[in-house]
Amino acid sequence: MNELTVDAVVENIEKVTAFVDEQLEGLGCPIKAQMQIDIAIDELFGNIAHYAYNPDVGPATVRVEVVEDPLSVVITFIDNGVPYDPLAMKEPDITLSAEEREIGGLGIYMVKKTMDDIVYEYKNGQNILKIRKNI
Amino acid sequence: MTINKNVNGTELTLAVEGRLDTVTSPELESVLKNSLAGMTKVVFDFAALEYVSSAGLRVLLSAQKIMNKQGEMVIRNVGETVMEVFEVTGFSDILTIE
Repeated sequence: MNELTVDAVVENIEKVTAFVDEQLEGLGCPIKAQMQIDIAIDELFGNIAHYAYNPDVGPATVRVEVVEDPLSVVITFIDNGVPYDPLAMKEPDITLSAEEREIGGLGIYMVKKTMDDIVYEYKNGQNILKIRKNI
Repeated sequence: MTINKNVNGTELTLAVEGRLDTVTSPELESVLKNSLAGMTKVVFDFAALEYVSSAGLRVLLSAQKIMNKQGEMVIRNVGETVMEVFEVTGFSDILTIE
């Protein structure tokens, strides 16, 4: 298990992505799964950076674990900000035209569709969001 | 991310390289804001685009809405990862992908 704790600001998305990618590369993770995980980091860490401590800045921890059978990578995002369950968000209507489209909820929707599992819990004052991707 | 901009009359071509995400999307938004006036066609060349997150989709949607009013917008050379994002989100029905 490896983890990284940084300020939850959008400027750190790149650092978090590089941290996770380095471990994915060590696991021989297929490039497609890596790209999908990178997108998920952008969405999830981006959400924490925008909303968890707004207007202040606080820490976020990103943990990477490898799970066997099936071989998968589990990435956990932890922050001490305001309680926020992204899975409770209403799913966007993806059949609407450009004019009617709303962008809210699209990021988390993409993550749900591309990851094999996603779990949220609020525990001991922490938002804990876990994604799992089979590799 | 790198954006290569080319204007030919009232046709604007933007070749976007790298990652269109939370950090880089505002840059594309700003280029579009300064470039779309008077254009009748906008072409995005995504041959070297690695991936797009919802922040990038937001920018593409707003460009599509503007071009619906003043001409057309097409997207070319979409790779597998980006195409999958468009399909999962229903953007493949909104955008014109050649």
